[in-house]
Amino acid sequence: MRGPGFLEQLEQAVPGAVVGSRLDAVDPWIEVAPNRLLDVCRWLKGRSGPGGPDVRFDALECITAVDWFEPDPKKATKNAWQPHVEMVYHLWSTSGRVSLVLKAKLPRWKGDQPGQLPEIPSVAGIWRTADWHEREVYDLSGVWFSGHPDLRRILCPEDWEGHPLRKDYVQPLEYHGIRGR
Amino acid sequence: MAHLLDDDPRIIEFDVRTDEMLVNMGPQHPSTHGVLRLVLRTDGEIVSEVEPHIGYLHRCAEKIGENLTARQWIPYTDRMDYLAAMNMNLGWALTVEKLMRYQVSEKARHLRVLIAELGRVASHLVGMGAYGLDLGTFSPFLYAFREREKILDLFEEACGARLTYSYITVGGLTADLPPGWLRKCEEFLDQFEPIIKEYHALLTTNAIFVKRTAGIGVLSREMAIDYGCSGPVLRGSGVDQDLRRDGESIYTAMYDGYAFEVAVMKNGHYPRDHEYPPVPADAVLGDCWHRFFVRMLEVVQSMDLVRQSIDRYAACKGPLGEPLKLTEKIPAGDAYLETECPKGQMGFYVVSDGSAIPWRVRARSSSFSNLSVTGELCRGCLIADVPAIVGSLDIVMGEIDR
Repeated sequence: MRGPGFLEQLEQAVPGAVVGSRLDAVDPWIEVAPNRLLDVCRWLKGRSGPGGPDVRFDALECITAVDWFEPDPKKATKNAWQPHVEMVYHLWSTSGRVSLVLKAKLPRWKGDQPGQLPEIPSVAGIWRTADWHEREVYDLSGVWFSGHPDLRRILCPEDWEGHPLRKDYVQPLEYHGIRGR
Repeated sequence: MAHLLDDDPRIIEFDVRTDEMLVNMGPQHPSTHGVLRLVLRTDGEIVSEVEPHIGYLHRCAEKIGENLTARQWIPYTDRMDYLAAMNMNLGWALTVEKLMRYQVSEKARHLRVLIAELGRVASHLVGMGAYGLDLGTFSPFLYAFREREKILDLFEEACGARLTYSYITVGGLTADLPPGWLRKCEEFLDQFEPIIKEYHALLTTNAIFVKRTAGIGVLSREMAIDYGCSGPVLRGSGVDQDLRRDGESIYTAMYDGYAFEVAVMKNGHYPRDHEYPPVPADAVLGDCWHRFFVRMLEVVQSMDLVRQSIDRYAACKGPLGEPLKLTEKIPAGDAYLETECPKGQMGFYVVSDGSAIPWRVRARSSSFSNLSVTGELCRGCLIADVPAIVGSLDIVMGEIDR
């Protein structure tokens, strides 16, 4: 990824979108506000030239949701972070051959109501890769992508309950008569 | 006059009403390369829509990875792309090493190149043989497996396993090569190199094969990038990208000093194309034939790299170095790394909270993204072309479902 100059460029192009960054990490990353994610992504994908980025991030490689939650209350008190879901987007530029990491923080549940999935805008309209990747994240990590053309489970069966990659996920006792645990 | 018109078969055809039909292909179908289910919406022989259903092999390896140490997860990466398990091991090992800022010894580096490139040859041989099988010719499959068997014998001698190796591991390799292995490997290369010509005669220039693949399933350059396609699928569409040359420095450093040319068409020419049969007149850049041909070129390219690495490995004096402890702690932070696997760019992501067990692991499967483009490629093709298109993507379900 490009250095601080790129970050300033992004802040100028999409004011108020960047809420944090860590440029000295193994993979430097930029954290954006979830409601500004689409603006940032459109700008990153957009054509280079005046006002645009000096490299076009034309490929989305991976979308990951990381569940920051400690089910053990004793251990949880030691953690410096508050429970949340972290969305990680790995972008790649085929022409510039550089990568970029975007992060966005979401609450674990929408409105702190357990079972209500947190929402983030879908980037499937910008990169087609996101179509299946967002379905996978929804399926396994339980994040709702608003504006996704066809958001349904992809790896688990349609009638599966729960989202396995959540840290507080409990495997069902049985599924259609098959013993689970 | 009226009865003359009635006899015209074209007119009768217009008279026959056809209904759309849903045809279920798989999950147990020989040409879906594993447990892939395709639902085809057909109008006669024409496919109007293809909907892939995946997940039959889902084991949630990512959840398992949250309960094991980084080295303990290596065997699970074997079972992702089980046809190129060595390359999967390498991808995960490099990702963890990237987060730990760890560098393996020079000898281990060259041995990794040697093993990974042999793995690529083995994987492409299956890809080529199985593709022939999809299109109805059995013999190339047998010839391909005959040669792959010899690579598996070499792997077995090096690490004891024939399919799920766990040989390349975090911090190096589990063992050094046994004595006499390099000589056997060179013997294999000497014997294998002239055989590639036979494969070209069997498939690449075969009139039936060309008819079935040239101009079929054309994937444009833009669409390939947009859908996140990678590897031979991306290069078959003319995108000049190979992570061994263009990737992150920790991965490209492995290939430092190695000479190879990316197998991609540039200005209408493939590298060293005078040595190979010419591109058929019907073939369009991005079609099934080109994806297949890129794999064939990469077999030769990988053999070349194997030869280079044998010399370098043999020149390295000193020990190979021990891999990291099973319970080695990983520093807090996160790292993502993609490597050029035979099927495409395989990415691993590791998030650590500072303990030995990663907080989160993620595998970005290349076949997953490559498969997602089938719906687009199969629109409007013939039913018989569906296996040709799916086969040309060279998918492995173990990697897609994880």
